[in-house]
Amino acid sequence: MIYVVIVFLWTAILLYILLGGADFGAGIIELLTSKANKSRTRKTMYNAIGPIWEANHMWLIIAVVILFVGFPKIYTTVSVYLHIPLVCMLLGIIARGTAFVFRNYDAVKDDMQKVYTPIFVYSSLITPFFLGIIAASAVSGQIDTQANDFLSAYVFSWLSWFSVAVGIFTVSICGFLATIFIIGQTHEAADQAHFIGKAKRTIFIVMFCGALVFVAAYVEHIPLVEWIFGDTPGLIAIIAASLSLVVTFYALNHDMPILLRLLAGFQVTMILFAATYTHFPDIVLLKNGANLSLLTHQGQAKTIESLGYALLIGSLFILPALVYLIYSFQKKKDVYPDH
Amino acid sequence: MDDFLAARLQMAFSLGFHIVFACIGMVMPFFMTVAHFFWLRTKNVVYRDVTKAWSKGVAIFFATGAVSGTVLSFELGLLWPKFMEHAGPIFGMPFSLEGTAFFIEAIALGFYLYGWNRIHPWFHWAAGVVVGISGLLSGILVVAANAWMNSPAGFDYIDGQYLNIDPINAMFNEAWFSQSLHMCVAAFVSTGFAVAGVHALMIYRGSNVAFHSKAFKIAAIFATTAACLQPLSGDISAKDVAKRQPEKLAAMEAHFHTERFAPLIIGGIPDTSNQTVHYTIKIPGLLSFMATGDFNGEVKGLDQVPKQDQPPVAVTHYAFQIMVGLGMAMVFLALLYFIALWKKKQWLNSKWLLKLFIVATPMGFIALEAGWTVTEVGRQPWIIRGVMRTAEAVTPMPGIAYSFYLFTAVYISLSIIVSLLLYRQITMVGQLYDSSAESSKKIAS
Repeated sequence: MIYVVIVFLWTAILLYILLGGADFGAGIIELLTSKANKSRTRKTMYNAIGPIWEANHMWLIIAVVILFVGFPKIYTTVSVYLHIPLVCMLLGIIARGTAFVFRNYDAVKDDMQKVYTPIFVYSSLITPFFLGIIAASAVSGQIDTQANDFLSAYVFSWLSWFSVAVGIFTVSICGFLATIFIIGQTHEAADQAHFIGKAKRTIFIVMFCGALVFVAAYVEHIPLVEWIFGDTPGLIAIIAASLSLVVTFYALNHDMPILLRLLAGFQVTMILFAATYTHFPDIVLLKNGANLSLLTHQGQAKTIESLGYALLIGSLFILPALVYLIYSFQKKKDVYPDH
Repeated sequence: MDDFLAARLQMAFSLGFHIVFACIGMVMPFFMTVAHFFWLRTKNVVYRDVTKAWSKGVAIFFATGAVSGTVLSFELGLLWPKFMEHAGPIFGMPFSLEGTAFFIEAIALGFYLYGWNRIHPWFHWAAGVVVGISGLLSGILVVAANAWMNSPAGFDYIDGQYLNIDPINAMFNEAWFSQSLHMCVAAFVSTGFAVAGVHALMIYRGSNVAFHSKAFKIAAIFATTAACLQPLSGDISAKDVAKRQPEKLAAMEAHFHTERFAPLIIGGIPDTSNQTVHYTIKIPGLLSFMATGDFNGEVKGLDQVPKQDQPPVAVTHYAFQIMVGLGMAMVFLALLYFIALWKKKQWLNSKWLLKLFIVATPMGFIALEAGWTVTEVGRQPWIIRGVMRTAEAVTPMPGIAYSFYLFTAVYISLSIIVSLLLYRQITMVGQLYDSSAESSKKIAS
């Protein structure tokens, strides 16, 4: 049953990156779009994202619950030593979640919009940035549980060039996912050309940020190259992701929005796979080498068993409902106009 | 500020903030679907307008409740890591089920908010019902987890080790039913009176009267029915607390000495050092009757509890008095409303009844927060009763005071913005929702 729980944990993290990420990306793209295109970008984005907006962020809660129920030592270690970036991420989540709803549901569209919109777009940038920092700090052996002073225990556990680079990389991934997603939502040729150009530029930005991560790892003496390219599965994943980028460029030039989305999903999945496979079953690496493993730090048998069943039963309800939700809102509007 | 106090205050503020949004988010969908049902059945557009207006409220409250809930799931670890390390695997079952319920709620809300004209009318309505039911289930599950802290179950605590964990037994601990019941009814009371009060104010001012009257009636019936049921649930809770946590009941009632024929203490200022209560009204024997069902039953006092294990008396006592007092006031108003509905129809159009409802707008939520204060402060000094002290659970990270100031500032600004948004939604009803507004304006002029 422990492997069922681990698969759910990994899938929840993946889906949060993909769906939540595309969602963060929407805000990032809005921030980086020129004034002339802003309202058009926004409209296209939110028509598509609106209905599944809340659901996208549930994956984070699922992942956190799996961690604190099934792997409490891992959850609490991260909570204690990465307290500061976690708080920054939470502030981002609060600001973003509320600003999005406020700007859509404020009955008067006045100057308050000028308050909501910057909060929304900047928190869209900050939240994935700190998510990246947290993930990088967890897997790079920066957490020092034996530190005696405040800075080494609670600040240098996460503040490093490597973590910052991964933070930036995460932001670029979110932007990439959003631009790919939006292509399938546009129906006018001019819009489509605009977003296709944007997607191409974003891909280069992602590759640049990816390279930045490797440079930062080199500077910080983190054996990232060995981790990623050391095992065959990780190597295959990265090669597959790179090759599929070629297909992405082909699909960008030939109006194939569904294929584009599948490819983008595939590429991000491969990156997450390569990043996590190398350490498995370890998930949090500590400075003293006493790593926290999903297998040795799991809860007692009965806990894992009931958690596994709860997740299996839960997914029977969630997945069909979610698929039907996404399907329903891809249909044409106003099927029941008199209603 | 001392870190431990800061951590407790931050947790209290976060929960106190979340609870308001969570309650509205779980109760308003029921109001909304009742109005929606009337619209589908009667095709009276006023019901459709009310439904749409309320659904905006649900969206605002749900989103705020969802983010504050996400924050709480992290705060448990950020502030109380020692607690979560041991408690997580034991009381995690309701949280993992709640994850599903909450997810379903978010999906159903997506269908509901964006479903107008796009999905089958009755499927659309059913999505609204699912929002309400899954919200209510989430509430029950989360309260079951809190109940476990009051009534730990599903493990053996031997030599500092937590052995033989059974998450199902932990979830169905002795307190889960009485606490969840009391909380759910409280959610209906507080949301009901708040919504009814706002619509009463608009009727009183004479704006969009047809619209607000329909809305008022739905909310008021839910609120008053729940208010009358709440004392029954309170009675179950009192007997349960007397049995399981006599020290909490003793603190609630500032009951210092164990005795038979114990009096019920109303009001008063507890004096812990002299173990007495000043300026109070005592009703002989009533506390014994309420706690045990027998006027001569023995009620344990604080003298039975070692000093270091006693909860703070004053805060618990005052909070309990506030909760009960406001609860009784709402029962009184509920009875007046029922009399008006059945016998004195003319009262329904009278200004004084509306005024009472306007005054009662915040009462439910004040009582709700007071009730939570009783539950949480009354459990101190324990985080897991009898097993782990709150002070042992707190994070080793220094400087929590700054985190407390930061989160407090965030919650205060959010409260201000949400209030502004609601004010605008309510004052814009005429332009946004009330399709009969044009005609009513003409009549008025």
